[in-house]
Amino acid sequence: MKGILKLAYKLLVNDKAKFSALLVGITFAVFLMMFVTSMFIGVLNHASATVINIGATVWVMDPAVQTIANSIGMPDYVLDAVRSMQGVKYAVPLYSGGALVKLPDGTYQSVTVLGLDNTSLFGRPELIEGKIEDIYGENAFVVVRDAEFSKLENPHIGSDLELNDHRGVIVGIAKVSTSGLFGLPTLYTTYERAIQYIPNPRYTITYVLVEPKSSSDIRKIKQQVEALGYRALTKQEFMQRTSDFYKYQTGVGTNILIMTVISFVVGLSISGQTFYTFILENLERFGALKAIGTKSGVLVGMILFQATFTALTGFGLGVGLCTLLIWLARLRLPSYAAMVTYSNLALAFAMVLTITAVSSYVGVRRVLRIEPFDIFRG
Amino acid sequence: MPNVAIKATGLTKWFGEGEAKTTALRNVNLEAEFGEMVYIVGPSGSGKTTLLSVLSGILKPNTGSVSVEGVDIWSLDADQLADFRLNKIGFVFQDYHLFPRLNTAENVAIPLILRKKDWDKSIHEAIGYLDIVGLKGRADLPPVKLSGGEQQRVAIARAMAGQPDILIMDEPTASLDGDTGQAILKFVHENILNKNRCIVVVTHDSRIYEYASRILTMEDGRLTGTENIAA
Repeated sequence: MKGILKLAYKLLVNDKAKFSALLVGITFAVFLMMFVTSMFIGVLNHASATVINIGATVWVMDPAVQTIANSIGMPDYVLDAVRSMQGVKYAVPLYSGGALVKLPDGTYQSVTVLGLDNTSLFGRPELIEGKIEDIYGENAFVVVRDAEFSKLENPHIGSDLELNDHRGVIVGIAKVSTSGLFGLPTLYTTYERAIQYIPNPRYTITYVLVEPKSSSDIRKIKQQVEALGYRALTKQEFMQRTSDFYKYQTGVGTNILIMTVISFVVGLSISGQTFYTFILENLERFGALKAIGTKSGVLVGMILFQATFTALTGFGLGVGLCTLLIWLARLRLPSYAAMVTYSNLALAFAMVLTITAVSSYVGVRRVLRIEPFDIFRG
Repeated sequence: MPNVAIKATGLTKWFGEGEAKTTALRNVNLEAEFGEMVYIVGPSGSGKTTLLSVLSGILKPNTGSVSVEGVDIWSLDADQLADFRLNKIGFVFQDYHLFPRLNTAENVAIPLILRKKDWDKSIHEAIGYLDIVGLKGRADLPPVKLSGGEQQRVAIARAMAGQPDILIMDEPTASLDGDTGQAILKFVHENILNKNRCIVVVTHDSRIYEYASRILTMEDGRLTGTENIAA
């Protein structure tokens, strides 16, 4: 069988023009699909940046909250109520909001401000400069060094900033695993200072971050929070909710779906057509092979091998090209929102398998229909 | 080995139905023996190629039977018949049907590879067959770099690579000039034909008749005459 597959391989790759066209078709389709879905997954991941960076196990919020960005304040009693619930190890408040920072050159820059629980500083970022306890100092803020850092004119420890007419001082520079989606610099401070600096409606707690005693308590906590008229979501559920919002309520999901279908159709058209032409050009030879004594099963095996080999090579090239482009983009934009995950790899692979199946089916049908007698008749 | 290589009895073959029905073979009976080079000749449309296809297990007759080395080939299923062709019958096609993307040695090795022989051994054996047809030095060239006569010799080497008992040649000189055609058939007669092999040739090229053991004439789907040629 190895010899027969080698024969199939040589028949395929020695026809350089056709083989290149086949590879280009599949590579292009895989690249398009991978790139589009990678960007989408990257965007969704960045949309959940705060959830990922804070890292709480359970988030309590107003039921109307769709994403981490559209936070709705809750009254203080919610925090007390959650702290007294069965299964709760501890619960702390989190403030998440936006503010305008006046830069030294007189321009304004929007920022995201996260106010951490005063006593525990739960959800604090990893500092690369400064000490976390300095956050308790007067007017203290920690700034995140990410792709948006330069928008605050690259502040350093001791830099002053003006935030809603209040003086702020940078006491630390932090790093986080994921940058935000909206291109805003992020400042961390204490919860008390955040609500003091930023004008707020009556209720100031944006989220209550909960650590359950054990994972089996999560269900119980969720039920109790629901009875209180609020919603408790695990970290994964909150990310999923954010992701669902962008997918189904913004049109982004539909656009991505359309792009994915287009890349599939393009790949199928190019590869299917080229493979069919390849089969047509070799039809007489396949007929000759049949006349010589090649069983139909062997011919089908040869065609399937050719299609699979091309598909897998194209898949590898497409994934490689996509990864290379993302890597190049990240050299310029470190927080470039694109991620290659097992999901989009699996999706692209499934698409390639479908293209292979359709192309092979068309080729196999044609080859099985050729009568060796036609070879004699010319 | 029995001396009768091919025995066909009462062969009838038609194509189409109703008004479009065309009868290509009408009650054809034929015997070919080992050591014989049998020519089937006749005008275009007389049924020569149809007869060759039926005899070689490629086209099923509507009635009648074909026995090759005592095996009723049309009682075999498709896979058995494919195996039978692969192991017992060699084919030389009018247009050679060589693979342009394979080199000459790889083309010749195809029947060996189809028999699941190791690739390298197959190529090695194929070069031996190319040596027999005088083309060893062309083993690495693609068929398009060869002349028509050379391509036909490669096709013969490919047919021989399976060491078939029966060699079927369909218009082997149709694409060749007279001298080359004669040289090819002379080569086949002197080097390929032996007492354990039967060669059936369909042709209408009278210049190569001298190499035939027997010439069967076909007209309108019937065998109308037999001429024995002195060796």
